[in-house]
Amino acid sequence: MTFHDIYLLSPEMSMAGLAAVLILVDLVFSKKSALTAIAFVGLAIPLTLSIVLWVDLNDQAVTQMDADFGTETVAFVVDKFSLFFKFLIVAIVALVVLASSEYADKFQRFRAEYFALILFSASGMMLLASTVELISIYVSLELTSLPLAALAAFLRDDKSAESGLKFLILSTISSAVLLYGMVLIYGFTGTTVLADIATQLGAIDLSADEAFGANVLLFGVVLVIAGFGFKIASVPFQMWAPDVYEGAPTPITAFLSVASKAAGFAVILRVFYVAFDSEMLSRDWAAVFAVLAILSMSFGNLVAILQTNIKRMLAYSTVAHAGYLMVGLSAVAARVPEAIAGPSGVLFYVSGYAATNLAAFAAIIAISNRVGSDRIDAFAGMSRRAPFLAGVLGFALVSLIGIPPTVGFMAKIYIFGAAVNANLEWLALAGVINSVISAYYYLRVIKVMYLQAPEDESHVSSGGMPLKIAIFVAMAGTGFFGIYPTPLINAARTAIGVLIS
Amino acid sequence: MAGAFMIALFIRGDRNIRIFAAAVSLAELVLAIVIFALFDLDAGADQYQLIDKAENWIPIDSFKVQYFLGIDGISAPMVLLTGLLGSVAVYSSWSVKTRVREYFMWLLALQSAVMGVFTALDFFMFFLFWELELIPMFFLISIWGSGRREYSAMKFVIFTILGSAFMLIGILVLFYSTGTFDMTLLPEAIANGKLLLPIGTVFTLLFIAFAVKLPIWPLHTWLPDAHTDAPTAASVMLAGVLLKMGAYGMIRVSVSMFPGVISDIAWLLATAGVVNILYGAAVVLRQTDLKRLIAFSSISHMGFVLLGLSVVVGVDGAVSTVGLTGAALQMFTHGTITGLLFLLVGYIYEKAHTRYIPDLGGLAGKMPLLTASLVVAGLASLGLPSTSGFVAEIHVFLGAFAVWSWLTAIGAFGVVITAAYVLWMIQRSMFGPRNPHLDDVSDATPLEMLPVAAMVIAIMVVGIYPSPIADVFSSGLAPIVDSLQNVGVAGLR
Repeated sequence: MTFHDIYLLSPEMSMAGLAAVLILVDLVFSKKSALTAIAFVGLAIPLTLSIVLWVDLNDQAVTQMDADFGTETVAFVVDKFSLFFKFLIVAIVALVVLASSEYADKFQRFRAEYFALILFSASGMMLLASTVELISIYVSLELTSLPLAALAAFLRDDKSAESGLKFLILSTISSAVLLYGMVLIYGFTGTTVLADIATQLGAIDLSADEAFGANVLLFGVVLVIAGFGFKIASVPFQMWAPDVYEGAPTPITAFLSVASKAAGFAVILRVFYVAFDSEMLSRDWAAVFAVLAILSMSFGNLVAILQTNIKRMLAYSTVAHAGYLMVGLSAVAARVPEAIAGPSGVLFYVSGYAATNLAAFAAIIAISNRVGSDRIDAFAGMSRRAPFLAGVLGFALVSLIGIPPTVGFMAKIYIFGAAVNANLEWLALAGVINSVISAYYYLRVIKVMYLQAPEDESHVSSGGMPLKIAIFVAMAGTGFFGIYPTPLINAARTAIGVLIS
Repeated sequence: MAGAFMIALFIRGDRNIRIFAAAVSLAELVLAIVIFALFDLDAGADQYQLIDKAENWIPIDSFKVQYFLGIDGISAPMVLLTGLLGSVAVYSSWSVKTRVREYFMWLLALQSAVMGVFTALDFFMFFLFWELELIPMFFLISIWGSGRREYSAMKFVIFTILGSAFMLIGILVLFYSTGTFDMTLLPEAIANGKLLLPIGTVFTLLFIAFAVKLPIWPLHTWLPDAHTDAPTAASVMLAGVLLKMGAYGMIRVSVSMFPGVISDIAWLLATAGVVNILYGAAVVLRQTDLKRLIAFSSISHMGFVLLGLSVVVGVDGAVSTVGLTGAALQMFTHGTITGLLFLLVGYIYEKAHTRYIPDLGGLAGKMPLLTASLVVAGLASLGLPSTSGFVAEIHVFLGAFAVWSWLTAIGAFGVVITAAYVLWMIQRSMFGPRNPHLDDVSDATPLEMLPVAAMVIAIMVVGIYPSPIADVFSSGLAPIVDSLQNVGVAGLR
């Protein structure tokens, strides 16, 4: 490992290092409230390093780092695609840390561990965006998941424990499935490096009328999709989401719903666009994603209608949004002009979704912390008790429906446009009809907040300064990119340009 | 220029909200009049004017969106109408007591969204404004409405958003087929280009959204609920302007972009128009709630718009502007007439505390001003000469009779039924013996009569001297008629 390698990995390293520093500081100093500040300010280091790398990359597409597995193997690359996700994840972590500042009072003694686990998980996600080799992907994935299981159980009450255990078990099972899929692919191609897999598959004569050309390959790819499907909570691998979301501490729910999803899509894009890039293969897996997209959207939206707990409702909504994102995934594969529209749509959507969902969750944290309940009924009359928070939550929900002037609107149009572009009009139609269904349950929350009389008239304060900053930033992102999305779309297109020439 | 409307919205103080809102809406009215006056009839028929264009909004090759606003002969009168009804809606809301700030915020947001729909020349902008109008209306109905307001508001949103879901796909297909959202370039691009889907499918996708909004039977069921339960100002806007978005979309998109398809299905439009006229009118006869009555009469009147649109096929390849002008005029006049009717009913409800017709009666003696205005509005609604209703309906019938003589003859029965229910409504609610519990009602104050007077003047002016508005409409419709003409000639060969 040369100095250059260290430099390339510096954002991840500083992230993990920050986590270690937090634990050490906690041992030495007794003042717990300083930890939030340290965690937040410390995030400037990975951010700066990422910016330095982005500038350093300039026009040069890729800088890579070799790992030594007997032969010389490329394990990690730093390109604009991975850096896009690194920025996104650092931003998400920063907002989650701010939003946790009050919530963490519930487990005062373990504040340092709480933040450290978030940072460890985040460093795993950042690695995930950079890996180009199956074994590294698996290791990064585990680094991402295990801290999350601990975090989900952090409240140490019944629901939280159930949430953590459920996440741990199901995440392990999905990892096993993923690993098995990887083994099959390795067996078929004799390599674990994504680019080499593509070369090998190109060299083999696959029969065109069989899905993926060969049964082993079909089986392997389907298992990989299943493993990643768990990460992004797509139907039929979504059953952990509602229980885990409900039981986990709310900031962790927010973290899970956006960061975990972003990292999942980063690795999916990387694997499928690099390794399974050939025209025949991409047609097959695009069809799989199209079907999963429809299932996820329909199931998520329909079941969300029945929910009475807002965290559970958002859990099903996140399943639906995984579906919308997969519309973008499947739109990619059809090799039409502007093939970039679909995958860049995924990047755009996932960033917009992050801003929107974080705004929603930050408002929910502030409200439910004071009201003491996650039930939708408890939000009655919030427009009078907490006009600012109700406004933020309302705005975020409008963005989740996809009504202007919000980033949700722009992102949906962009991603459905990509589907139309790829001749998948029926898929786009299924998407917009699902948006209509989703309008019903999102609007119901708005209705409760603005129309129903509150149980008591007492004022609900908007929370401390850190939470307010988090809300404000997420809200500003939702609004700004809804009116002027050009910078974000351009960044997404630059990033995805690395994978698709 | 129209962009100024948007900015004006977001400046607001805590105090004197009403006055501020009134000032803003008045300013918009003045601007709308200025826009209408500035509209230059001689500038050449197919010219868009007062263009506000910024090409670099989203300048990405695969997703090129411009900020592009402008008006032509079709949108200029609609801008005027929106300005007029917008101020009327604000003035008529003086009595709103709860959550005043939010109320006026949503009302103005609604108005600017509608204004945006009428002026957008970029299809993406058109869709954006089309969607933008949903949330304000949802809040207006569900917070300040009456009756089953939450149900009605939700129904309104779901119907509209379902329609626009189809429209979105249509728009996206058009964009990815032609590479532009620019509505001024699209008609030609569609005629010359190859679309990703069959042209009839694209047309249908777009048409559904307009059909829901207009509404065409059987997609109308949201309308009576929403109109009845909305607060007065929202009803005025809903009936006066929002329905016109559907009609405007049909002319701007369905007719001008798809002249071939619309000619093929003109018989369907004519039939749907007649069904709307008769169904609406027949159902009105059964209504006992004043607002619901007017709501169903709107369905009936929108049938005339459809009938006017169906004239697009022309006779022997010669398409006349009469029918289309009639449809456009009907949009404008129905906006003023029904707006006025809802306003008056709102006043009556405020003073008599009931809209149930059997509970009313004999109000003429107590409220002569309101009664007189209601008579004027009612007569205009049934199309009495010298009111704007007559001008519009005669255009429609003249145009339609040449093409669809039998259907038009049947549709003309609608006028008879209209006369019946309007007179019956006025007679039962305003004249006859007075219900004892209405003994202490008072007439409208001069301040309240101000918007009423403005609308009455608008109705009478257009009725007696329609040419300013009619000419502007005709100038906007001329290029559309030309393209239809070509289709017709091509069809004959």
